[in-house]
Amino acid sequence: MGLIVYYSSLSENTHRFVAKLGLRVARIPVSTGDAPPDVREPFVLILPTYCGDDGKGAVPKQVIRFLNDADNRSLIRGVIAAGNSNFGETFGLAGDVISRKCQVPYLYRFELLGTEEDVANVINGLERFWTSQRSNAL
Amino acid sequence: MNIAIKPASRVRAINWNRIEDDKDLEVWNRLTGNFWLPEKVPLSNDIPSWATLRPEEQQLTIRVFTGLTLLDTIQTSIGAPKLMEDAITPHEEAVYSNISFMEAVHARSYSSIFSTLCSTPDVDDAYRWSEENEHLQKKSALILEQYRNPDPLKRKIASVFLESFLFYSGFYLPMFWSSRAKLTNTADMIRLIIRDEAVHGYYIGYKFQKGLEWLNAEKRQEIKDFAYELLFELYDNEAKYTETLYDGVGLTEDVKKFLHYNANKALMNLGYEALFPPEACKVNPAILSALSPNADENHDFFSGSGSSYVIGKAVATEDDDWDF
Repeated sequence: MGLIVYYSSLSENTHRFVAKLGLRVARIPVSTGDAPPDVREPFVLILPTYCGDDGKGAVPKQVIRFLNDADNRSLIRGVIAAGNSNFGETFGLAGDVISRKCQVPYLYRFELLGTEEDVANVINGLERFWTSQRSNAL
Repeated sequence: MNIAIKPASRVRAINWNRIEDDKDLEVWNRLTGNFWLPEKVPLSNDIPSWATLRPEEQQLTIRVFTGLTLLDTIQTSIGAPKLMEDAITPHEEAVYSNISFMEAVHARSYSSIFSTLCSTPDVDDAYRWSEENEHLQKKSALILEQYRNPDPLKRKIASVFLESFLFYSGFYLPMFWSSRAKLTNTADMIRLIIRDEAVHGYYIGYKFQKGLEWLNAEKRQEIKDFAYELLFELYDNEAKYTETLYDGVGLTEDVKKFLHYNANKALMNLGYEALFPPEACKVNPAILSALSPNADENHDFFSGSGSSYVIGKAVATEDDDWDF
């Protein structure tokens, strides 16, 4: 199974979801002073959405900094975003922004910590996704 | 005579340039950025639509909004001030003062709906109903009881359940009308309230989890058991409240699914696992898309039915390119 790179704020919501997947992960640190993970293989990004009505600031700055590195950006294969349907039009917007910007599929969206159903969907989905990625590469 | 001032009684001026918890500033910025007033919403455009509702539908709507007003009133004058007393940082206290004020704005908003759309006798009747409805009164009593609880973490649990669960038997109705293209301006205003409540529930839940970190495993378990017990008690009452309101229009079962879905989200705001199984939470897609216009858009690529993407060449990005 491929690598997961994820960001989670101090609330640790996304961290909890990622921990339940039981996959290999690398975390983008909350503190901008800490070094970002050194990633050398294809990965799927998991991140939460933060924004107001105008949709500004949906992608956390720490993630932007990580993806502004061309080497990192060349390895992203898909994105999974968390959010809250209470936010209406901007629900899970970070996934749309990353998908558009990096030209990768928006694989899945979940709310807050995600449910058990979300965890199962993502594990099974990623399994199939990485298999198809490998066969495309051959 | 020298009057000694005890250090504990000294008043500290808040310094927003020395933040102890970054979440305080982040949430303060989010909440102030979201600030709104009911005057922003052209409610009077709903007058023709209101006239198309049957008398019992109008009565239901006024009652639902009266029930929501009661919860906002509790949160403004008791809930948020209680949380302020428990605040660890001065910035946390400032965030609660914002929450308290916005709850007052929400309560004010329902009165704007009433004065724009309804007759005074009908509204007076609904206020009387709200004082006499046993389930609405019990809902308030259960929360107020916990606001008197000496344990600040239990007060936060009650507050998150109010913000993230108890409003939703009411929020359902304007989303339902909106999905039928009725009272759409009113629904726009309710969506602003729903968005605010999400930030409130998230923040209070976050502070709850920070407080939990100080406790040993045994005490944590006690708090968790308390949270689920309180939720069961609130849910039991909420189900009955829903029946008294919605049985007449045949929507009770649909509303209950919405309650389950939101009860799970309230638990998640506290850092706990969802309680209701997926099949009990299958909210009517029309309600979900009234809540979030892109909720029905497929974001499940894994299921095979998601929109297909051509994986193109990545473009160079700079900080400035991004939306922040």
